[in-house]
Amino acid sequence: MANYSVLLIAALIVISVPVLTLFIITPLIRASRPGKVKLEPYECGIAPTSTAFDHRFSVRYFLIAVLFIVFDVETVFLFPWAIRFKQLGWFGAAEMAVFLAILLVGYFYAWRRKVLSWV
Amino acid sequence: MNTPLMHYLVWPLVKFLIAFIIVQVLVAAMNWIERRLLGLFQARLGPNRVGYKGLLQIIADPVKFLLKEDIVPASAEKVAYFLGPILPLIPAFIVFCLIPFGPPPTFTVTRVNVGLLLILALTSTGVYGIILGGWASNNKYSLMGGLRSAAQMVSYEVPFGLSIVGVLMICGSLDLVTIVRYQETNAWNFLPQIVACFIFLVAMNAENNRTPFDLPEAESELVAGYHTEYSAMKFAFFMLAEFSMMIVNSCLMVTLFFGGWTLGMFGIGLTTDVLRHMGMFGGILGTLIFVTKVMLFMLIYVWFRATFPRFRFDQLMDLGWKWMIPLALGNIFVTAIFILAGQERLMYWIGIVSIGLAAMYLFKPKPKRAAAPGKVAHAS
Repeated sequence: MANYSVLLIAALIVISVPVLTLFIITPLIRASRPGKVKLEPYECGIAPTSTAFDHRFSVRYFLIAVLFIVFDVETVFLFPWAIRFKQLGWFGAAEMAVFLAILLVGYFYAWRRKVLSWV
Repeated sequence: MNTPLMHYLVWPLVKFLIAFIIVQVLVAAMNWIERRLLGLFQARLGPNRVGYKGLLQIIADPVKFLLKEDIVPASAEKVAYFLGPILPLIPAFIVFCLIPFGPPPTFTVTRVNVGLLLILALTSTGVYGIILGGWASNNKYSLMGGLRSAAQMVSYEVPFGLSIVGVLMICGSLDLVTIVRYQETNAWNFLPQIVACFIFLVAMNAENNRTPFDLPEAESELVAGYHTEYSAMKFAFFMLAEFSMMIVNSCLMVTLFFGGWTLGMFGIGLTTDVLRHMGMFGGILGTLIFVTKVMLFMLIYVWFRATFPRFRFDQLMDLGWKWMIPLALGNIFVTAIFILAGQERLMYWIGIVSIGLAAMYLFKPKPKRAAAPGKVAHAS
C-alpha cells in the first residue's frame, strides 16, 4: 500500500499547482478589462443566436461510446490472460479464441449495420 | 535515517519532485524545439528573437501566459469551465511516479506491480477535461471540438490497449521494470512486436490529438476546437497537459518497445547489471539514455506534424475501427501461435525482415523524372 500512497500525495501536490496559479497568483498580476462584447462566446465574430447547451449533435457519438465500452472491457479482460499466457498454454489460447469469436460476431454485426462508417 | 517513512514516502516524493521539474523544463523546451524544427521543415526561421537563437522563448512564453487577461465567457458554466483545464493536468503529471527512468530502485519513484494498468487507467481520464471544457464554454465550435476529441480518443484507446497485449504475452508482467529487464536479456520488443509497435505509434499520435489526427482543433473548421474560449493560464494548462501526455506516451513507447534505460540486447551491452556495477554514474547514464530515447520520439511527433496532412473525420474513424483494431487482434493471434509453437526467436527475424523491407522502400533509388513538356531541363 505504501507504494500507492506516494501517488495520492503526489496528486495533492500536483492539484495545488493549477489551483495556486489560477486562483491566487494570476488574479494579482494579470490585466483585467472585461466588456460586454468581449465576454460573448467567440463564434467567428457573429453574435451567437442560441446557447450551445441545447445544441444537437450526431447520434453516432453515442454509438461510438457504446462500442468503446465493449472493446475496452475486452482489452481489460485480455490483460490478465496475456500475463499468464505462457503458463496457460493451448487451453488458455482456445478459451480466449472462443471469447474473441463471440465478440467478433458483434463487431462484424456493427460493421454490417454501418455503425463504424462515419458518413 | 532509513526508517520506513523515509523509504516509502519521503524519498519517493523527493524523486517525484525532481522528475516533475525536469519534465516541466522538457515541456517548455519542447515548445521551443517544435517551433524551431517546424521552421526548419518549412524553410523559415521560427522564433529567434528572444535571447540566443530564441532560447529565452522558454521563459518568455510562461511569463506572457501569466500576465495575459483571463477572459471567462459570461454565459459559460463556471464550475465545469474551471475544471476543464485542471482535470487533465493531474493524471498527466502523477503518471511520472510510475515510470522507471533508470535502474531501480534508485532511479524509479515507486514500483507498483500493476504499473502499466495504472498508467493506462490514469492517462485515459484525460478525455474528461477536454469534453468538460468544450461543453462548458457554451460555444458551438468548442462543443463540436470536445465531442470529436472524445470520440477520437475513445476510438484509439482500444488499439492502444490491444497493441500492449502482445508485449504482455511475451514479457508476462505488468510491472514496467520487469518488462525492461526481460528486453535486455532477450531482444527489444519492437523486433518481435513490430506490428504492435506501429499500431502504438499511430494510436499515441491520435491519443494526443497530434497533427495527422488533430481534428479536435482543426482551425479551418472549428476556430480552435475545445479551447476556443480559454485564454491566458487556462489555455497554458491545456497545452501543458497535452505536452506532458506526449512525454508520457513517448516514455511508454521507450519502456515497452525500445528497452527503457538499457542499451543492449541478449544480455550484451549496457544492461542493468552493468549499469548497477558502475554505481551512481551508471544510474545517471541509464537515465540519460532513457531521456535521449524519449526525446527521439518527441522529435518523431514533430516530424509527423511537419509531414502528414490532416485526416478527414470519417477517414480517422475508419482507420481506428476498421484497420487498427483488426490489425491489433491479428497481431495477438499471430503472437499466440508463435509462442505456443515455441518459436519466439522466429518473430525476431520477422521484425528484422520487415524493418529491412521498409528501409529498402524508403531508400530505394528514385527513378529519374522525365522532363516536363515545354520545360528545358537544367544542365548541371
